[in-house]
Amino acid sequence: MCLAIPGKVETLSGDDPVTRMGRVNFGGVIKEASLAFVPEARIGDYVIVHAGFALSKVDEDEAHKVFEYLRQMEEFDELKGDGS
Amino acid sequence: MKFLDEYRDGELAQQLAGEIHRITTKPWNIMEVCGGQTHAIVKFGIDELLPKLITLIHGPGCPVCVTPLEMIDKALEIAARPGVVFASFGDMLRVPGSTTDLLTVKAAGGDVRMVYSPLDAVKLAEQNPGKEVVFFGVGFETTAPATAMAVYQAARMGLKNFSMLISHVLVPPAIDALMSSPGCRVQAFLAAGHVCAIMGYEEYPPLAAKYRVPIVVTGFEPLDILQGILMCVQQLESGRAGVENQYVRAVREQGNQPAQELVREVFRIVPRKWRGVGEIPASGLGLADAYAGFDAEKRFGLAGRHVDEPADCLSGLVLQGKIKPHECPAFGGRCTPEHPLGATMVSGEGACAAYHRYRRQSARS
Repeated sequence: MCLAIPGKVETLSGDDPVTRMGRVNFGGVIKEASLAFVPEARIGDYVIVHAGFALSKVDEDEAHKVFEYLRQMEEFDELKGDGS
Repeated sequence: MKFLDEYRDGELAQQLAGEIHRITTKPWNIMEVCGGQTHAIVKFGIDELLPKLITLIHGPGCPVCVTPLEMIDKALEIAARPGVVFASFGDMLRVPGSTTDLLTVKAAGGDVRMVYSPLDAVKLAEQNPGKEVVFFGVGFETTAPATAMAVYQAARMGLKNFSMLISHVLVPPAIDALMSSPGCRVQAFLAAGHVCAIMGYEEYPPLAAKYRVPIVVTGFEPLDILQGILMCVQQLESGRAGVENQYVRAVREQGNQPAQELVREVFRIVPRKWRGVGEIPASGLGLADAYAGFDAEKRFGLAGRHVDEPADCLSGLVLQGKIKPHECPAFGGRCTPEHPLGATMVSGEGACAAYHRYRRQSARS
């Protein structure tokens, strides 16, 4: 039930924030979603969608943190001469 | 798919697992709260990548699984009535009640419709003024904003033929109840990422302090779960017990304010019975007085009822993390996805369903 997936906002419609909708592209599958809870969403943004509602905007800078952490881990290992 | 596939990279997963192996020196029990996380763990074999010292305990974060039997029976009763269109999320359709399930009611002529969004149910009410449209509102804090919006819009439109059967549950009271139950072995939590996308994680520090457990807000992809586990183990190994956020790309500390405001407007906190666990105070959501007219239990005169669980379904023990699915005598025999005894085998996020789908062979051996 908490299954929610990220998709790219392609269109926006509606002036009333409560009924604002967007067409969201999930890797080729396009579905309409309510943007009522993510009023800051713009075309080109990625949002996490659950039960037809965008819950959160994906922060693209934060999205890289996992990979930065892993890169730092690798560099640290090399510095220590682990060779792993 | 962007923001999904990158988090399934096998090599990076091995790297994270390797780091967990390197720092783990003592046995630790970590619970992942959300059923979606359980499925990812079982499907991608994440538990098999971990050192033997780490035990993952599957939590009760499957709202379908914890919906009490009497609530399912109420849904079935309403759905069978003539003139009713009963709309529900897909995974509730095969959950067994005392004697039947929604799909069987549909086969017998009941107008049961699967919907993806609660707004679809509102549309059904608009398009069918001669029918009573009832939506089955099941879910955690992740889903509550969506159902709240459905009620809010129905009220704005002055819809007279729309109501909701509500069975929303809240995560932090469940964690509190679990941790205070005797025999609880959980030492750290992976908190449910999408629940926290809505609620933030300001409710967790008191729990972390009360029970001295690290709580890490975690996403749902393999790299998310492995990093969440790594962050738990780092805390456990150094004797810390704080709240951290692994799922930074989707979760902010204050959560989603517009969503929280609407939930506070439409709902109020109520006690809720959790199937297999019992009643937990202040652990659910019910309609606020201003929206009470949309309560299906009142509209159909079904308030107040109690039903006993079938004796041979041990889903309660599975939901509390006290047994694993394959340790249940009925698993794979009398209880399969085709003829389930309980909700943990039916639900897309149930632990029993996950084990049956991905682990049947190794569970038997």
